[in-house]
Amino acid sequence: MSAKTKAISPHALVGVASVQRFVRTVQLGIKSLWLRKLRSLLTVLGIVFGVCSVIAMLAIGEGLSFEAQEQIRRLGSNNIILRSVKPPEERRTTSERSYVVDYGLTYQDINRIKATIPSVEILVPSRNIRKDVWSGTRRIDCDIMGTVPWYEEMRNHRVERGRFFTEEELERSENVCVLGNGLPEALFPIDEAIGSKVRVDGDYYRVIGVMEPKSRQATTANSQNGGNDLSGGAGGPPPAAGAGVGAAYEMYIPLTAAKNRFGETIVERTSGSFSAERVELHEATVKVKNINDVVETWHIISDLMKANHKKVDYEIIVPLDLLRQAERTKRIFTIVLGAIAAISLLVGGIGIMNIMLATVTERTREIGIRRALGAKRKDIIMQFLVECVLLSAAGGIIGVILGLAIPQVISFFAELRTIVTFWSPFVAFSISALIGVVFGIYPAMRAADMDPVEALRHE
Amino acid sequence: MSDLIAQIVDVRKQYMMGLVLVEALRGVSLDFHRGEYITIMGPSGCGKSTLLNLLGCLDRPTSGKYILGGQDVSTMPDDELSSVRGMRIGFVFQSYNLIQQLNVLENIEVPLYYQGRPEEESREIATRLADRVGLGERLHHRPYELSGGQQQRVAVARALASDPLIILADEPTGNLDSTSGSDILNVFDELHAQGKTLIMVTHSDEVSERAQRVIRLRDGKVERDERKN
Repeated sequence: MSAKTKAISPHALVGVASVQRFVRTVQLGIKSLWLRKLRSLLTVLGIVFGVCSVIAMLAIGEGLSFEAQEQIRRLGSNNIILRSVKPPEERRTTSERSYVVDYGLTYQDINRIKATIPSVEILVPSRNIRKDVWSGTRRIDCDIMGTVPWYEEMRNHRVERGRFFTEEELERSENVCVLGNGLPEALFPIDEAIGSKVRVDGDYYRVIGVMEPKSRQATTANSQNGGNDLSGGAGGPPPAAGAGVGAAYEMYIPLTAAKNRFGETIVERTSGSFSAERVELHEATVKVKNINDVVETWHIISDLMKANHKKVDYEIIVPLDLLRQAERTKRIFTIVLGAIAAISLLVGGIGIMNIMLATVTERTREIGIRRALGAKRKDIIMQFLVECVLLSAAGGIIGVILGLAIPQVISFFAELRTIVTFWSPFVAFSISALIGVVFGIYPAMRAADMDPVEALRHE
Repeated sequence: MSDLIAQIVDVRKQYMMGLVLVEALRGVSLDFHRGEYITIMGPSGCGKSTLLNLLGCLDRPTSGKYILGGQDVSTMPDDELSSVRGMRIGFVFQSYNLIQQLNVLENIEVPLYYQGRPEEESREIATRLADRVGLGERLHHRPYELSGGQQQRVAVARALASDPLIILADEPTGNLDSTSGSDILNVFDELHAQGKTLIMVTHSDEVSERAQRVIRLRDGKVERDERKN
């Protein structure tokens, strides 16, 4: 031992000794806490719940916002989407009378945009009609979308098998169709869908392809954009098309075919009355070449539409703007979560402080003994502070474990996407340890400030 | 009887008890020499405990001087006073005052721990001392597993751990039956024989029989200070 100490500088020795001492203080702290297992456990519960709820809530929030942003990204951040909307003041006038409501995007609008704005790259006009689709005696209620060949690319919604229709087919308004995912199984349970024919009204359409499934329907996306229906965003039924909501199946045909076969007037019969609407186009997607021009283009289109439409029978959806809104919403969400977290951790901290104060009173005599045996004030402070930090850190660890497990459970049972960001467990844990220091200081100081004589006399 | 190790000069101690000013010590001057076995006696309220607290550096005198091992400790700041307590003084209390969550060895090690002695060294000293007070078989027992006499023996071992200048005992046999009590007193006799300095507060004449010097206090003053030989 002595030979060894000679080799080490006295300074280093002090360092080693104080580390050793700190380790012993920690061991002693663990021992003291372990002696009061139940109380220690109850004390840390506040921290446990605080930390675990912070991590779990952040994970859920992150998951939801990821879904929403993914959904918006699907629409394409370079895109501006125009949709026909039935003007509100005419919604109620259709009862009893036969009355054709004429509204929405026109081919003229499309040509005008194309002519006015040079930064526009591609335009995808589309019509949506709700019809029954037949295969032999099988009938499926379907949303039929008349569109253009570059729909695929624009909407980032691709063909899975077979192919999409070509420009040639569009020009000749051929009766070809691409089925939405799921539809082949419903219409052709046994036969191969591609190459078969389906019937809509009196016409037969040749199946040339099947689309990939759309991204999962994130119902939460709706709350992000102030009522714009995004769930059908990637080519589903626009709000005004037909009476049905949330169609399960989709079919894609050339826009020209849709125009020629179905006309522009949609008649809908309900019991005792019927209504009709005339809409040229239900939707048009504008792709802007440069992402920096999106906002400007949006304003130009908006002005253009305002100048040419007397009524507001259209809406403009800008995914980039929605994305920014979603990010803003997420920021607010994070701040709110942060506040809740701070409050719950504060409550946990107060709980710890309360128990530590009780412990200090209870251990007055021990403090007196230690002081009599040579403990300095800072030794006593250290002892109680270490206990306090151990408590809150243990609570933090349990909380992190629970906080990591709960999102898994939620994902599993509620089929909700959850994302645990890598920093959240670290931050939550560090805060809990910090809470131990902040709320431990006062009880520790109280312990150290006791008069040794008084403390020894304490019963 | 040379070798002065502690000296108090005209020490006074006053404190407030509620609204009343209590004068616990009114000018006490005493010398303590190495190897003495001293008992302090007197009726309750005479200032015995206050004197012991002052001697143990747990408290500071209102006025007067206390020189311990050549250092004036009456005006020392709190932290230094703590180190002096740890290194120069060994305490034995009436109610043992062991730390409940520690075992025998760990209790003996406490003063060494606060001096920052290395773990192996403290362990060695503690084992030796436990053996010396006859608890070599119970090193890992906790205080509640020991009898009163055994607990007090642990306390004595603890008081010896840092090899102090003075061992202060406050009625060490007060809570013990006569057998255990005389056991402890025998340990003290042994210590005295080895040249340790002992100062003990007691009520019992029987106990003070064993000492070579008896100091009697009355009303905060030394009434009698007799040495036997």
